[in-house]
Amino acid sequence: MRRLETTAAWLLGLLWILPLLYAFWTAFHPPEFSTRFALFAPLTLDNFRRAWEAAPFARYFLNSFMLVTMVLAAQLVLCTLAGYAFARFDFPGKDVAFVLVLLQLMIMPDVLIVENYRTMSRLGILDSIPAIGLPYMASAFGIFLLRQTFKTVPRELDEAARVEGANALQVLWKVYVPLARPVYLAYGLVSVSYHWNNFLWPLIVTNSVHSRPVTVGLQVFSSGDQGIDWSVITAATVMTSAPLLMAFLLFQRQFVQSFMRAGIR
Amino acid sequence: MSRNAIHGWLLLLPAFALLALFTHWPAVATIWDSFHATPRAGKAPPFVGMENYKLMLADEVFWKSLWNNLWYALGTIPLSIALAIVMALWVNSAMRGRTWLRMAFFTPTILPMIAVANIWLFFFTPQYGLLEQVLQPLGFASRNWLGSPETALACVIVVAIWKEAGFFMIFYLAALQSIPPSLAEAASIEGASRAYYFRRVVFPLLMPTTLFVLVNAIVNSVRLVDHIFVMTRGGPNNATSLLLFHVYQVGFNFWDTGYAAALTLVLLVVLALVAIGQFVFLDRKVHYQ
Repeated sequence: MRRLETTAAWLLGLLWILPLLYAFWTAFHPPEFSTRFALFAPLTLDNFRRAWEAAPFARYFLNSFMLVTMVLAAQLVLCTLAGYAFARFDFPGKDVAFVLVLLQLMIMPDVLIVENYRTMSRLGILDSIPAIGLPYMASAFGIFLLRQTFKTVPRELDEAARVEGANALQVLWKVYVPLARPVYLAYGLVSVSYHWNNFLWPLIVTNSVHSRPVTVGLQVFSSGDQGIDWSVITAATVMTSAPLLMAFLLFQRQFVQSFMRAGIR
Repeated sequence: MSRNAIHGWLLLLPAFALLALFTHWPAVATIWDSFHATPRAGKAPPFVGMENYKLMLADEVFWKSLWNNLWYALGTIPLSIALAIVMALWVNSAMRGRTWLRMAFFTPTILPMIAVANIWLFFFTPQYGLLEQVLQPLGFASRNWLGSPETALACVIVVAIWKEAGFFMIFYLAALQSIPPSLAEAASIEGASRAYYFRRVVFPLLMPTTLFVLVNAIVNSVRLVDHIFVMTRGGPNNATSLLLFHVYQVGFNFWDTGYAAALTLVLLVVLALVAIGQFVFLDRKVHYQ
């Protein structure tokens, strides 16, 4: 019985990883082997070279890199400040404000594409990297996560620092932020993978090489005049996924724990 | 106002301003715009009353998308949650190779949907796709999986399940690890079978996680449309058009933003209902404290 279960688990695992294995097979072999499996098929990097030359992937990667960096930096600052306010300050309207923040957990920017597009157009920043990032910068999820974390910090530590003459921001920086480091790591990994992978809003708000992230670049590339040159498309696909995939394989435990931590709250 | 109160608001202000601009304002503007025509040539759009909603009632693609979305949700949610529980139980057990299994199950979560959709597209390709290569030697008739209205939505659902199950597994894994091992010991001393132990002890203890995952899964069934762009573009004959995809088409292919706002409002109502349901059914402790 146990053995049967192990076999089932392994089969499911294999099934789950199969698309990725298939992608690697096709990407690293000449096109004539893309649908044929031969043990000694020659390996090649030619598909990657052709994909790289056929579209400005270097620029797309740079755009994605700038996007995730910008979004994460803004999120860390904004959510830290707001989370601190909710955790340790009393102000009129706090409860209403908190509900209004949590609203974003349900009504995400992903569904507000029509109106946000209008806003970006009014602001005159269509087709720019900040336009992709702006709706996500004040993240309800981040605020909530940090509020919960800051609430667990003992008040004594806070008061001790105050007695020493630190003001509110210094206390935040010296006491709260260092204690929340694992949560920042967790949030960072979740945020980076979300925004590296995000597609619909960037697709709408960008329309040139100068601002497109890799996901949109890949879509433009694979739906363009490539025909169905699977080998090249798959190579581009592997390339797009590679940074996160490598980071994940290297830091598997941190990734899994981060997603866990971010989920438990 | 006290100093404390002023500091509190000042700390909150930057994030709140952005939320107001990109979440609260657009949500309200969606309602407003849904009663107006699409703006043309810089002129203020005229008030059209229920015109957009009348259009919606008569829009076959809207109804088709609504039904598709319902099937998409019904197909994705129970299966991905069930698979997630099974995966978590396996990965949490003393099974051989469970580190490898955890990696295999979790990998789809971190891959871009738009990228993996290309691979799945290849899977389902007629004649030389992998699925055909496996099925044809077994004597199944060749068919165009993504090209026929009967099977296209199912293919899209399969991809969504594949993408989501490993993500949900993580939450169950966290919950399983917080169950004290003494419970399993007690159960085995009492002679309870594994199935009984799971049904009467583990599953009830997982309930808060299941509700949390359920809310996530419902929201995802509204949001997760990336693979449609690669695999089917809503076709064939709108068989895989989902609500958000329809919003995209109306708003950004046909540029009828007035009508797209009305369609968006349907999505917002669905999400609001989920939020209310969560508020009513979920133990508030799970989320707020």
